[in-house]
Amino acid sequence: MTKQQANWSPYDNNGGSCVAIAGADYCVIAADTRMSTGYNILTREYSKICKLADKCVMASSGFQADVKALQKQLAARHLIYQHQHNKQMNCPAMAQLLSNTLYYKRFFPYYSFNVLGGLDNEGKGCVFTYDAVGSYEKVGYSSQGSGSTLIMPFLDNQLKSPSPLLLPVQDAVTPLVEAEAVNLVKTVFASASERDIYTGDKLEIVVVTADGIRREYMELRKD
Amino acid sequence: MFRNQYDTDVTTWSPAGRLFQVEYAMEAVKQGSAAIGLRSRTHIVLGCVNKANSELSSHQKKIFKVDDHIGVAIAGLTADGRVLSRYMRNECINYSFTYESPLPVGRLVVQLADKAQVCTQRSWKRPYGVGLLVAGLDESGAHLYYNCPSGNYFEYQAFAIGSRSQAAKTYLERRFENFTDASRDDLVKDALMAIRETLQGETLESSVCTIAVVGVGEPFHILDQGSVQQMIDAFEIVGEQEGPAAEPDAAAGQDASAEPEPEQGAAAGEGVAPMDI
Repeated sequence: MTKQQANWSPYDNNGGSCVAIAGADYCVIAADTRMSTGYNILTREYSKICKLADKCVMASSGFQADVKALQKQLAARHLIYQHQHNKQMNCPAMAQLLSNTLYYKRFFPYYSFNVLGGLDNEGKGCVFTYDAVGSYEKVGYSSQGSGSTLIMPFLDNQLKSPSPLLLPVQDAVTPLVEAEAVNLVKTVFASASERDIYTGDKLEIVVVTADGIRREYMELRKD
Repeated sequence: MFRNQYDTDVTTWSPAGRLFQVEYAMEAVKQGSAAIGLRSRTHIVLGCVNKANSELSSHQKKIFKVDDHIGVAIAGLTADGRVLSRYMRNECINYSFTYESPLPVGRLVVQLADKAQVCTQRSWKRPYGVGLLVAGLDESGAHLYYNCPSGNYFEYQAFAIGSRSQAAKTYLERRFENFTDASRDDLVKDALMAIRETLQGETLESSVCTIAVVGVGEPFHILDQGSVQQMIDAFEIVGEQEGPAAEPDAAAGQDASAEPEPEQGAAAGEGVAPMDI
Protein backbone atom coordinates (compact mmCIF):
# COMPACT_ATOMS: atom_id res chain seq x y z
CA MET A 1 0.00 0.00 0.00
CA THR A 2 1.89 3.09 -1.23
CA LYS A 3 1.53 6.45 0.49
CA GLN A 4 -1.00 8.70 -1.22
CA GLN A 5 0.65 11.51 -3.13
CA ALA A 6 -0.73 14.98 -3.50
CA ASN A 7 -2.49 15.50 -6.80
CA TRP A 8 -2.39 19.27 -6.42
CA SER A 9 0.38 21.68 -5.46
CA PRO A 10 -0.27 24.98 -3.73
CA TYR A 11 2.77 26.40 -5.49
CA ASP A 12 3.62 27.42 -9.02
CA ASN A 13 6.78 28.94 -10.40
CA ASN A 14 6.29 32.08 -12.46
CA GLY A 15 9.95 32.26 -13.37
CA GLY A 16 12.08 35.32 -13.95
CA SER A 17 15.35 36.67 -12.62
CA CYS A 18 16.34 39.41 -10.20
CA VAL A 19 19.64 41.15 -9.64
CA ALA A 20 20.87 43.76 -7.20
CA ILE A 21 24.22 45.54 -7.06
CA ALA A 22 25.35 47.88 -4.28
CA GLY A 23 27.61 50.86 -4.85
CA ALA A 24 29.27 53.45 -2.63
CA ASP A 25 26.29 55.81 -2.73
CA TYR A 26 23.73 53.99 -4.89
CA CYS A 27 22.03 50.66 -5.31
CA VAL A 28 20.77 49.09 -8.53
CA ILE A 29 17.92 46.60 -8.38
CA ALA A 30 16.71 44.96 -11.56
CA ALA A 31 14.34 42.24 -12.68
CA ASP A 32 12.85 41.08 -15.94
CA THR A 33 9.13 41.57 -16.51
CA ARG A 34 8.15 38.18 -17.87
CA MET A 35 5.64 36.12 -15.93
CA SER A 36 5.30 32.50 -17.03
CA THR A 37 3.74 29.23 -15.98
CA GLY A 38 5.10 25.96 -17.29
CA TYR A 39 6.14 26.60 -20.91
CA ASN A 40 3.64 29.41 -21.38
CA ILE A 41 3.90 33.14 -20.93
CA LEU A 42 1.20 34.75 -18.81
CA THR A 43 2.29 38.33 -19.43
CA ARG A 44 5.31 40.23 -20.71
CA GLU A 45 4.82 43.24 -18.47
CA TYR A 46 4.71 42.19 -14.83
CA SER A 47 6.84 44.07 -12.31
CA LYS A 48 8.68 41.98 -9.75
CA ILE A 49 10.08 45.04 -8.04
CA CYS A 50 8.41 46.62 -5.03
CA LYS A 51 9.32 49.77 -3.12
CA LEU A 52 9.11 48.94 0.57
CA ALA A 53 10.43 52.22 1.99
CA ASP A 54 11.94 55.46 0.75
CA LYS A 55 15.40 53.94 0.46
CA CYS A 56 14.58 50.26 0.29
CA VAL A 57 13.48 48.23 -2.73
CA MET A 58 12.82 44.52 -3.07
CA ALA A 59 12.86 42.31 -6.15
CA SER A 60 11.41 38.81 -5.91
CA SER A 61 11.11 35.91 -8.28
CA GLY A 62 9.26 32.65 -7.73
CA PHE A 63 5.55 32.25 -7.13
CA GLN A 64 4.13 35.72 -7.71
CA ALA A 65 0.99 35.16 -5.63
CA ASP A 66 3.21 34.51 -2.61
CA VAL A 67 5.40 37.45 -3.62
CA LYS A 68 2.36 39.74 -3.70
CA ALA A 69 1.18 38.50 -0.30
CA LEU A 70 4.67 39.00 1.12
CA GLN A 71 4.87 42.55 -0.27
CA LYS A 72 1.50 43.42 1.29
CA GLN A 73 2.58 42.01 4.66
CA LEU A 74 5.77 44.05 4.63
CA ALA A 75 3.93 47.21 3.59
CA ALA A 76 1.45 46.84 6.45
CA ARG A 77 4.20 46.15 8.98
CA HIS A 78 6.12 49.15 7.68
CA LEU A 79 3.09 51.38 8.22
CA ILE A 80 2.86 50.19 11.82
CA TYR A 81 6.57 50.91 12.27
CA GLN A 82 6.08 54.42 10.93
CA HIS A 83 3.20 55.04 13.34
CA GLN A 84 5.29 53.85 16.28
CA HIS A 85 8.65 55.40 15.44
CA ASN A 86 7.71 58.48 13.41
CA LYS A 87 10.14 57.61 10.65
CA GLN A 88 10.63 55.20 7.77
CA MET A 89 12.41 51.90 8.26
CA ASN A 90 16.01 51.86 7.10
CA CYS A 91 17.26 49.12 4.80
CA PRO A 92 18.98 46.90 7.39
CA ALA A 93 15.86 47.01 9.58
CA MET A 94 13.67 46.06 6.64
CA ALA A 95 16.13 43.26 5.85
CA GLN A 96 15.63 41.78 9.31
CA LEU A 97 11.87 42.22 9.07
CA LEU A 98 11.82 40.35 5.77
CA SER A 99 13.86 37.54 7.24
CA ASN A 100 11.52 37.20 10.22
CA THR A 101 8.44 37.35 8.02
CA LEU A 102 9.78 34.56 5.81
CA TYR A 103 10.76 32.34 8.74
CA TYR A 104 7.35 32.87 10.31
CA LYS A 105 6.09 30.60 7.54
CA ARG A 106 8.90 28.11 7.88
CA PHE A 107 6.50 25.16 7.55
CA PHE A 108 4.46 26.51 4.64
CA PRO A 109 6.92 28.90 3.04
CA TYR A 110 6.47 31.87 0.78
CA TYR A 111 7.78 30.54 -2.53
CA SER A 112 9.62 33.77 -3.03
CA PHE A 113 13.31 34.30 -3.80
CA ASN A 114 14.20 37.83 -2.80
CA VAL A 115 16.90 40.38 -3.15
CA LEU A 116 16.59 43.52 -1.09
CA GLY A 117 18.51 46.62 -2.11
CA GLY A 118 18.79 50.16 -0.87
CA LEU A 119 20.81 52.65 1.11
CA ASP A 120 21.74 52.18 4.72
CA ASN A 121 21.65 54.93 7.34
CA GLU A 122 24.96 56.35 6.14
CA GLY A 123 23.85 56.49 2.52
CA LYS A 124 25.97 53.58 1.36
CA GLY A 125 24.46 51.01 -0.96
CA CYS A 126 23.53 47.64 0.52
CA VAL A 127 22.14 44.42 -0.89
CA PHE A 128 20.65 41.54 1.06
CA THR A 129 19.99 38.16 -0.47
CA TYR A 130 17.53 35.56 0.83
CA ASP A 131 16.38 32.03 0.46
CA ALA A 132 12.71 31.06 0.69
CA VAL A 133 12.68 30.69 4.48
CA GLY A 134 14.52 33.81 5.49
CA SER A 135 18.19 32.95 5.66
CA TYR A 136 19.88 36.17 4.61
CA GLU A 137 23.22 37.82 4.20
CA LYS A 138 24.46 41.28 3.40
CA VAL A 139 26.43 41.20 0.17
CA GLY A 140 27.77 43.55 -2.46
CA TYR A 141 25.68 42.01 -5.24
CA SER A 142 23.34 39.08 -5.77
CA SER A 143 20.94 37.44 -8.17
CA GLN A 144 17.93 35.17 -7.62
CA GLY A 145 15.48 33.34 -9.82
CA SER A 146 15.55 31.13 -12.86
CA GLY A 147 18.46 32.94 -14.48
CA SER A 148 20.57 33.23 -11.33
CA THR A 149 22.73 30.20 -12.24
CA LEU A 150 23.72 32.01 -15.42
CA ILE A 151 24.01 35.47 -13.91
CA MET A 152 25.76 34.87 -10.60
CA PRO A 153 29.03 33.42 -11.95
CA PHE A 154 29.32 36.36 -14.31
CA LEU A 155 28.79 38.85 -11.49
CA ASP A 156 31.37 36.99 -9.39
CA ASN A 157 33.84 37.31 -12.21
CA GLN A 158 33.19 41.03 -12.70
CA LEU A 159 32.70 42.24 -9.17
CA LYS A 160 35.01 40.09 -7.07
CA SER A 161 33.35 40.66 -3.74
CA PRO A 162 35.80 39.84 -0.94
CA SER A 163 34.94 36.87 1.24
CA PRO A 164 33.42 37.72 4.62
CA LEU A 165 35.74 35.11 6.10
CA LEU A 166 38.83 37.13 5.31
CA LEU A 167 40.53 39.25 7.90
CA PRO A 168 40.73 42.23 8.12
CA VAL A 169 37.05 42.58 7.37
CA GLN A 170 36.58 44.17 3.98
CA ASP A 171 33.60 46.14 2.72
CA ALA A 172 30.98 44.25 0.77
CA VAL A 173 30.51 47.22 -1.52
CA THR A 174 31.34 47.32 -5.22
CA PRO A 175 33.83 49.91 -6.49
CA LEU A 176 31.69 50.69 -9.55
CA VAL A 177 30.19 53.95 -10.69
CA GLU A 178 26.40 54.01 -10.99
CA ALA A 179 26.43 54.11 -14.80
CA GLU A 180 28.82 51.15 -14.96
CA ALA A 181 26.62 49.13 -12.62
CA VAL A 182 23.52 49.83 -14.73
CA ASN A 183 25.40 48.79 -17.86
CA LEU A 184 26.57 45.62 -16.20
CA VAL A 185 23.00 44.78 -15.24
CA LYS A 186 21.83 45.29 -18.82
CA THR A 187 24.62 43.09 -20.14
CA VAL A 188 23.88 40.40 -17.63
CA PHE A 189 20.15 40.23 -18.43
CA ALA A 190 20.79 40.28 -22.16
CA SER A 191 23.01 37.23 -21.68
CA ALA A 192 20.60 35.43 -19.38
CA SER A 193 17.72 35.99 -21.82
CA GLU A 194 19.68 34.11 -24.48
CA ARG A 195 19.68 30.80 -22.64
CA ASP A 196 17.06 30.98 -19.89
CA ILE A 197 13.59 30.57 -21.37
CA TYR A 198 11.92 32.14 -18.37
CA THR A 199 13.87 35.39 -18.59
CA GLY A 200 13.18 38.00 -21.23
CA ASP A 201 10.66 40.51 -22.66
CA LYS A 202 11.67 43.62 -20.76
CA LEU A 203 14.12 44.62 -18.09
CA GLU A 204 13.07 46.93 -15.28
CA ILE A 205 15.92 48.74 -13.52
CA VAL A 206 15.47 50.71 -10.32
CA VAL A 207 18.29 52.88 -9.00
CA VAL A 208 18.20 54.12 -5.40
CA THR A 209 20.30 57.16 -4.61
CA ALA A 210 20.29 59.93 -2.04
CA ASP A 211 18.18 61.98 -4.45
CA GLY A 212 15.50 59.34 -4.62
CA ILE A 213 14.45 56.46 -6.80
CA ARG A 214 14.86 56.34 -10.58
CA ARG A 215 13.32 53.80 -12.94
CA GLU A 216 14.60 52.66 -16.31
CA TYR A 217 13.50 50.05 -18.88
CA MET A 218 15.26 48.06 -21.57
CA GLU A 219 13.87 45.67 -24.14
CA LEU A 220 14.98 42.04 -23.98
CA ARG A 221 14.50 39.08 -26.28
CA LYS A 222 10.87 38.09 -26.57
CA ASP A 223 11.40 34.39 -27.37
CA MET B 1 -24.87 65.05 46.35
CA PHE B 2 -27.96 63.08 45.40
CA ARG B 3 -26.49 61.52 42.34
CA ASN B 4 -23.62 59.97 44.27
CA GLN B 5 -25.87 57.04 45.19
CA TYR B 6 -26.01 55.69 41.65
CA ASP B 7 -22.62 56.58 40.29
CA THR B 8 -20.38 53.79 41.59
CA ASP B 9 -20.76 51.44 38.63
CA VAL B 10 -21.17 52.19 34.97
CA THR B 11 -23.75 49.42 34.93
CA THR B 12 -26.01 51.13 37.45
CA TRP B 13 -28.86 53.28 36.19
CA SER B 14 -30.08 56.23 38.19
CA PRO B 15 -33.82 56.54 38.81
CA ALA B 16 -33.88 59.34 36.27
CA GLY B 17 -32.53 56.97 33.62
CA ARG B 18 -28.97 58.25 33.53
CA LEU B 19 -25.61 56.53 33.64
CA PHE B 20 -23.56 58.83 35.79
CA GLN B 21 -20.21 57.19 35.09
CA VAL B 22 -20.70 57.93 31.41
CA GLU B 23 -21.58 61.51 32.20
CA TYR B 24 -18.52 61.83 34.42
CA ALA B 25 -16.44 60.55 31.51
CA MET B 26 -17.86 63.35 29.36
CA GLU B 27 -16.77 65.77 32.09
CA ALA B 28 -13.22 64.51 31.66
CA VAL B 29 -13.40 65.62 28.04
CA LYS B 30 -14.41 69.10 29.12
CA GLN B 31 -11.38 69.30 31.39
CA GLY B 32 -8.88 68.59 28.64
CA SER B 33 -7.32 71.39 26.63
CA ALA B 34 -9.24 72.55 23.60
CA ALA B 35 -9.39 70.87 20.23
CA ILE B 36 -11.27 72.21 17.22
CA GLY B 37 -12.15 70.97 13.77
CA LEU B 38 -13.73 72.55 10.72
CA ARG B 39 -14.30 71.42 7.18
CA SER B 40 -14.98 72.67 3.72
CA ARG B 41 -16.09 70.67 0.72
CA THR B 42 -12.53 69.53 0.03
CA HIS B 43 -10.48 70.04 3.20
CA ILE B 44 -10.67 69.49 6.92
CA VAL B 45 -8.52 71.33 9.43
CA LEU B 46 -7.89 70.17 13.00
CA GLY B 47 -6.34 72.36 15.63
CA CYS B 48 -5.53 72.04 19.27
CA VAL B 49 -4.13 74.05 22.13
CA ASN B 50 -0.86 72.69 23.48
CA LYS B 51 -0.94 72.31 27.22
CA ALA B 52 2.24 71.38 29.03
CA ASN B 53 2.35 70.23 32.65
CA SER B 54 5.06 72.69 33.51
CA GLU B 55 7.45 75.03 31.77
CA LEU B 56 10.07 72.29 31.89
CA SER B 57 8.07 69.59 30.15
CA SER B 58 7.03 69.10 26.57
CA HIS B 59 3.39 69.33 25.65
CA GLN B 60 1.17 66.34 25.05
CA LYS B 61 0.52 65.10 21.57
CA LYS B 62 -3.17 65.58 20.84
CA ILE B 63 -3.34 65.20 17.09
CA PHE B 64 -2.62 61.82 15.54
CA LYS B 65 -2.35 60.67 11.98
CA VAL B 66 -4.47 57.58 11.53
CA ASP B 67 -3.98 57.07 7.82
CA ASP B 68 -3.21 59.20 4.79
CA HIS B 69 -6.84 60.24 4.62
CA ILE B 70 -7.83 60.27 8.31
CA GLY B 71 -6.56 62.15 11.34
CA VAL B 72 -7.86 62.66 14.84
CA ALA B 73 -7.64 65.37 17.51
CA ILE B 74 -8.42 64.43 21.09
CA ALA B 75 -9.41 66.13 24.32
CA GLY B 76 -9.51 64.54 27.75
CA LEU B 77 -7.44 61.60 28.96
CA THR B 78 -4.73 61.63 26.35
CA ALA B 79 -3.61 58.13 27.30
CA ASP B 80 -7.05 56.82 26.34
CA GLY B 81 -6.79 58.86 23.16
CA ARG B 82 -3.45 57.32 22.27
CA VAL B 83 -4.83 53.82 22.71
CA LEU B 84 -7.87 54.59 20.56
CA SER B 85 -5.61 56.10 17.89
CA ARG B 86 -3.64 52.89 17.81
CA TYR B 87 -6.88 50.97 17.39
CA MET B 88 -7.96 53.25 14.55
CA ARG B 89 -4.60 52.88 12.82
CA ASN B 90 -4.84 49.12 13.01
CA GLU B 91 -8.35 49.13 11.60
CA CYS B 92 -7.22 51.27 8.68
CA ILE B 93 -4.24 49.03 7.97
CA ASN B 94 -6.31 45.85 8.12
CA TYR B 95 -9.02 47.27 5.88
CA SER B 96 -6.43 48.48 3.32
CA PHE B 97 -4.77 45.09 3.41
CA THR B 98 -7.99 43.22 2.71
CA TYR B 99 -9.71 45.59 0.30
CA GLU B 100 -6.76 47.50 -1.20
CA SER B 101 -8.61 50.75 -0.64
CA PRO B 102 -8.85 53.32 2.15
CA LEU B 103 -11.27 52.76 5.01
CA PRO B 104 -14.31 55.03 4.67
CA VAL B 105 -14.41 57.46 7.58
CA GLY B 106 -18.04 56.74 8.38
CA ARG B 107 -17.22 53.08 8.98
CA LEU B 108 -14.31 53.91 11.25
CA VAL B 109 -16.33 56.20 13.50
CA VAL B 110 -19.05 53.59 13.86
CA GLN B 111 -16.47 51.02 14.90
CA LEU B 112 -15.04 53.51 17.35
CA ALA B 113 -18.47 54.31 18.73
CA ASP B 114 -19.29 50.62 19.18
CA LYS B 115 -16.02 50.14 20.98
CA ALA B 116 -16.88 53.01 23.32
CA GLN B 117 -20.35 51.61 23.92
CA VAL B 118 -18.93 48.30 25.13
CA CYS B 119 -17.24 50.15 27.96
CA THR B 120 -20.58 51.55 29.07
CA GLN B 121 -22.12 48.13 29.52
CA ARG B 122 -19.47 46.05 31.31
CA SER B 123 -19.10 46.23 35.05
CA TRP B 124 -15.38 45.52 34.88
CA LYS B 125 -14.66 48.34 32.45
CA ARG B 126 -14.83 52.10 32.49
CA PRO B 127 -15.74 54.46 29.66
CA TYR B 128 -12.91 56.03 27.65
CA GLY B 129 -12.31 59.50 29.06
CA VAL B 130 -11.57 61.13 25.74
CA GLY B 131 -13.51 62.93 23.03
CA LEU B 132 -12.28 62.49 19.48
CA LEU B 133 -12.62 64.81 16.54
CA VAL B 134 -12.15 62.53 13.55
CA ALA B 135 -11.32 64.27 10.29
CA GLY B 136 -11.38 62.20 7.13
CA LEU B 137 -11.71 62.24 3.41
CA ASP B 138 -13.35 59.48 1.45
CA GLU B 139 -15.29 58.95 -1.75
CA SER B 140 -18.31 60.71 -0.36
CA GLY B 141 -16.35 63.85 0.50
CA ALA B 142 -14.82 65.58 3.48
CA HIS B 143 -16.09 64.62 6.93
CA LEU B 144 -15.67 65.76 10.51
CA TYR B 145 -17.06 63.59 13.27
CA TYR B 146 -17.12 63.88 17.03
CA ASN B 147 -16.98 60.65 19.06
CA CYS B 148 -18.10 60.80 22.71
CA PRO B 149 -17.20 58.51 25.59
CA SER B 150 -20.88 57.60 25.64
CA GLY B 151 -20.60 55.80 22.33
CA ASN B 152 -22.46 58.48 20.40
CA TYR B 153 -21.06 60.12 17.36
CA PHE B 154 -22.15 63.11 15.33
CA GLU B 155 -21.08 64.68 12.09
CA TYR B 156 -20.22 68.36 12.12
CA GLN B 157 -19.37 71.20 9.80
CA ALA B 158 -17.25 72.59 12.62
CA PHE B 159 -16.88 71.77 16.29
CA ALA B 160 -14.79 72.44 19.37
CA ILE B 161 -14.25 70.33 22.48
CA GLY B 162 -12.31 70.67 25.71
CA SER B 163 -11.87 73.54 28.10
CA ARG B 164 -13.02 77.00 26.97
CA SER B 165 -14.34 75.41 23.79
CA GLN B 166 -17.57 77.41 24.07
CA ALA B 167 -15.69 80.52 22.98
CA ALA B 168 -14.44 78.71 19.90
CA LYS B 169 -17.90 77.28 19.22
CA THR B 170 -19.39 80.76 19.30
CA TYR B 171 -16.85 81.93 16.76
CA LEU B 172 -17.48 78.87 14.56
CA GLU B 173 -21.25 79.32 14.75
CA ARG B 174 -20.82 82.85 13.45
CA ARG B 175 -18.63 81.78 10.56
CA PHE B 176 -19.62 78.22 9.62
CA GLU B 177 -21.78 79.17 6.66
CA ASN B 178 -18.64 80.36 4.87
CA PHE B 179 -16.74 77.13 5.41
CA THR B 180 -18.17 74.87 2.69
CA ASP B 181 -16.62 76.83 -0.15
CA ALA B 182 -13.68 78.32 1.73
CA SER B 183 -10.18 77.82 0.40
CA ARG B 184 -7.69 75.68 2.31
CA ASP B 185 -5.78 78.68 3.60
CA ASP B 186 -8.92 80.47 4.74
CA LEU B 187 -9.94 77.35 6.58
CA VAL B 188 -6.60 77.25 8.41
CA LYS B 189 -7.00 80.93 9.23
CA ASP B 190 -10.44 80.26 10.69
CA ALA B 191 -9.00 77.41 12.73
CA LEU B 192 -6.33 79.72 14.13
CA MET B 193 -8.94 82.34 14.95
CA ALA B 194 -11.06 79.75 16.72
CA ILE B 195 -8.06 78.62 18.74
CA ARG B 196 -7.34 82.21 19.63
CA GLU B 197 -10.84 82.47 21.06
CA THR B 198 -10.10 79.66 23.51
CA LEU B 199 -6.86 81.28 24.60
CA GLN B 200 -8.87 84.22 25.93
CA GLY B 201 -6.29 86.93 25.91
CA GLU B 202 -3.07 84.93 25.64
CA THR B 203 -0.99 85.67 22.57
CA LEU B 204 -1.58 83.28 19.72
CA GLU B 205 1.69 81.86 18.48
CA SER B 206 2.78 78.60 16.93
CA SER B 207 4.26 77.25 20.17
CA VAL B 208 0.87 77.11 21.90
CA CYS B 209 -1.10 75.45 19.13
CA THR B 210 -0.89 72.62 16.63
CA ILE B 211 -2.65 72.57 13.25
CA ALA B 212 -3.19 69.61 10.95
CA VAL B 213 -4.77 69.48 7.50
CA VAL B 214 -6.21 66.79 5.28
CA GLY B 215 -7.81 67.38 1.91
CA VAL B 216 -8.19 66.42 -1.70
CA GLY B 217 -4.68 65.78 -3.01
CA GLU B 218 -3.23 66.49 0.42
CA PRO B 219 -2.58 63.56 2.77
CA PHE B 220 -3.10 64.15 6.48
CA HIS B 221 -0.15 65.95 7.99
CA ILE B 222 0.62 68.22 10.91
CA LEU B 223 1.85 71.66 9.86
CA ASP B 224 5.29 72.55 11.16
CA GLN B 225 5.72 75.38 13.61
CA GLY B 226 7.42 77.66 11.09
CA SER B 227 4.51 77.54 8.63
CA VAL B 228 1.97 78.05 11.37
CA GLN B 229 3.80 81.08 12.71
CA GLN B 230 4.02 82.52 9.22
CA MET B 231 0.30 82.11 8.81
CA ILE B 232 -0.37 83.72 12.17
CA ASP B 233 1.78 86.67 11.16
CA ALA B 234 0.25 86.88 7.69
CA PHE B 235 -3.27 86.95 9.03
CA GLU B 236 -2.22 89.27 11.84
CA ILE B 237 -4.13 87.30 14.40
CA VAL B 238 -2.03 88.16 17.39
CA GLY B 239 -4.01 88.63 20.62
CA GLU B 240 -4.54 92.15 21.97
CA GLN B 241 -2.65 91.47 25.20
CA GLU B 242 1.06 91.61 24.61
CA GLY B 243 2.81 91.30 27.99
CA PRO B 244 6.61 91.33 28.38
CA ALA B 245 6.56 87.53 28.53
CA ALA B 246 5.14 87.41 25.04
CA GLU B 247 8.17 89.12 23.46
CA PRO B 248 10.83 86.39 23.94
CA ASP B 249 8.17 83.76 23.27
CA ALA B 250 7.19 85.43 20.02
CA ALA B 251 10.85 85.65 19.02
CA ALA B 252 11.35 81.96 19.67
CA GLY B 253 8.13 81.07 17.86
CA GLN B 254 9.00 83.11 14.78
CA ASP B 255 12.43 81.58 14.40
CA ALA B 256 11.47 79.02 11.80
CA SER B 257 14.85 77.33 11.58
CA ALA B 258 15.27 76.59 15.30
CA GLU B 259 12.97 73.90 16.63
CA PRO B 260 12.63 74.43 20.38
CA GLU B 261 10.65 71.29 21.04
CA PRO B 262 12.65 68.20 20.09
CA GLU B 263 9.65 65.93 19.87
CA GLN B 264 8.34 68.00 17.00
CA GLY B 265 11.73 68.36 15.34
CA ALA B 266 12.15 64.88 13.96
CA ALA B 267 12.60 66.41 10.50
CA ALA B 268 16.39 66.34 10.81
CA GLY B 269 16.73 62.67 9.82
CA GLU B 270 16.76 61.57 6.21
CA GLY B 271 13.88 59.15 6.47
CA VAL B 272 11.14 61.40 7.79
CA ALA B 273 7.90 59.50 7.58
CA PRO B 274 4.87 61.39 6.37
CA MET B 275 3.45 60.44 9.78
CA ASP B 276 5.09 63.24 11.67
CA ILE B 277 5.23 66.99 11.04
